[in-house]
Amino acid sequence: MDEFKTVIGLEVHAELDTKSKIYCGCTTEFGGEENTHVCPICSGMPGVLPMLNRKVVEYCVRAGLALNCAINPYSRQDRKHYFYPDLPKAFQTSQFDQPLCLKGYVDIVADGQPKRIGITRIHIEEDAGKLIHEVGQTRVDYNRCGVPLIEIVTEPDFENSAQVHAFLEALREILLYTEVSNCKMEEGSLRCDVNLSIHRVGEPFGTRTEMKNLNSFSAAVAAVQYEAQRQRRVLSAGGKITQDTLRWDDAAGNNYVMRSKEDADEYFYFPEPDIMPMVLSDGYIDRIRQTLPELPAHRRERYVSQMGLPLYDAQLLTVSKFISDFFDQTVAAGAQPKSVSNFIMGDIMRLLNERGWAAEKLPISAQSMAELLSLIEKGAISNSMGSKVIEIMFDEAKSPTDIVQERGMAQVSDAGAIREMCRQVIAENPKIVDDYKGGKVKAITALVGQVMKMSRGKANPSMVNQLLEELLN
Amino acid sequence: MTITIETVQHIAHLAKLQLSDTEMSRLADEMEKIVGFADKLGELDIEGVKPTTHAVAVHNVLRDDELKPSYDRGKILQNAPERDAACFLVPKVVE
Repeated sequence: MDEFKTVIGLEVHAELDTKSKIYCGCTTEFGGEENTHVCPICSGMPGVLPMLNRKVVEYCVRAGLALNCAINPYSRQDRKHYFYPDLPKAFQTSQFDQPLCLKGYVDIVADGQPKRIGITRIHIEEDAGKLIHEVGQTRVDYNRCGVPLIEIVTEPDFENSAQVHAFLEALREILLYTEVSNCKMEEGSLRCDVNLSIHRVGEPFGTRTEMKNLNSFSAAVAAVQYEAQRQRRVLSAGGKITQDTLRWDDAAGNNYVMRSKEDADEYFYFPEPDIMPMVLSDGYIDRIRQTLPELPAHRRERYVSQMGLPLYDAQLLTVSKFISDFFDQTVAAGAQPKSVSNFIMGDIMRLLNERGWAAEKLPISAQSMAELLSLIEKGAISNSMGSKVIEIMFDEAKSPTDIVQERGMAQVSDAGAIREMCRQVIAENPKIVDDYKGGKVKAITALVGQVMKMSRGKANPSMVNQLLEELLN
Repeated sequence: MTITIETVQHIAHLAKLQLSDTEMSRLADEMEKIVGFADKLGELDIEGVKPTTHAVAVHNVLRDDELKPSYDRGKILQNAPERDAACFLVPKVVE
């Protein structure tokens, strides 16, 4: 069996999270009744005057800076011509030889190995409309037409599907943290095309195919594995790969030819006369650079190396920018990183899940969270009482100190009172006491439980433990 | 520049046009004249002249990201050769 190498490059389209479309004031909101987010500009009527949305330029530059790109000081839009009813103008306003961003990279870790994936370019363009195929006819809905996109083109730096998956995860995270795209795969906000070829080790690169319609990360992974294997089979059997555009069928788990090289696209790109060039000053680029948040990979690194958190914690905390910001603010307000992390990963995540709330709906401020943790640290309430206070804070806008006072949840650390309860529990549970004295040291936890129950959770558990031992021995 | 029948076929294919043989040879002649006319520009000495993409030297013509009401759907669909209550209709196309 010959040894083959796989070479993969990606083209990722991300819808930008602007309010209005790229050249007109229609909403970018997903869905809506067919053709109700449409005006003469985005339905390609003759004689209209499209004008570029300034946020689109800004978001593309933001994404470019976050992906370590150079920003082109002079950039231009071009018309890419193709005739298909999802584009009413018969061309897509895109960028050709002067894209906004060039030459960046993303560092990923796949199968435990670090790897740098080069970004060739990022450009802005308009999304196309939606075609609804029916028997004998196709219905066209232009609501999505003119929604701004960035297209991110990578270098052919991937060797396998694990790297593709790690890159897509990293990219999604960066676009979410920079608030450039909401990356909702189910709404088509993030889509990806795969270019793939294989060659025998020591030989030049093989002929590549392009695969479209990859609407989820798992589809991208499955499609890469399938296509690499398919090409391997063809070449091993002495066949040839043709330069085809393939369409991935996720339900069937295979792909089929959409078009072959004979009808390769010829787009007749030329400069878009309706949109004036973009000239970006260093000052403008620097101002955007200053608004970039700390990126998730950097936060994880900081959580592990500076705060001493386990990598597992760091990964969970950075799943959402909101949670990560909340964590940082709570620590900044004086709380111990590991205690904050435990409560976020435990009670807070559980309560958000139970209620089906997005993290952004968390009704607790970092200040209150720090206050609660300091109550626990001072021994004013127990850890488990802390969980109860968090739950109350989800429903009532009160400070943890007020909640503890109002409901009499303060921890009892009065040795006399606890000793009295311990005596009573020992008297009421002779069997457990016998077990303990007979050598079953663990039986004491049952007694601790009884005392805690009697105190309605308020007794200081370590004192209970200590006093029980004292009384029993 | 000579325009061959193959070139005409290619352009017709891209433009989704079906042409007869007579039409193609006629178009080859006509297109050759058109391209020949444009080739005349090639005689100009443009050494040192930067390519111009726009008629006026204006840049960064941008609008704020603000919503404007979309059009009434009836108006958008009004001139469509074929439509139903909500969409434009085109012959069935599947990639």
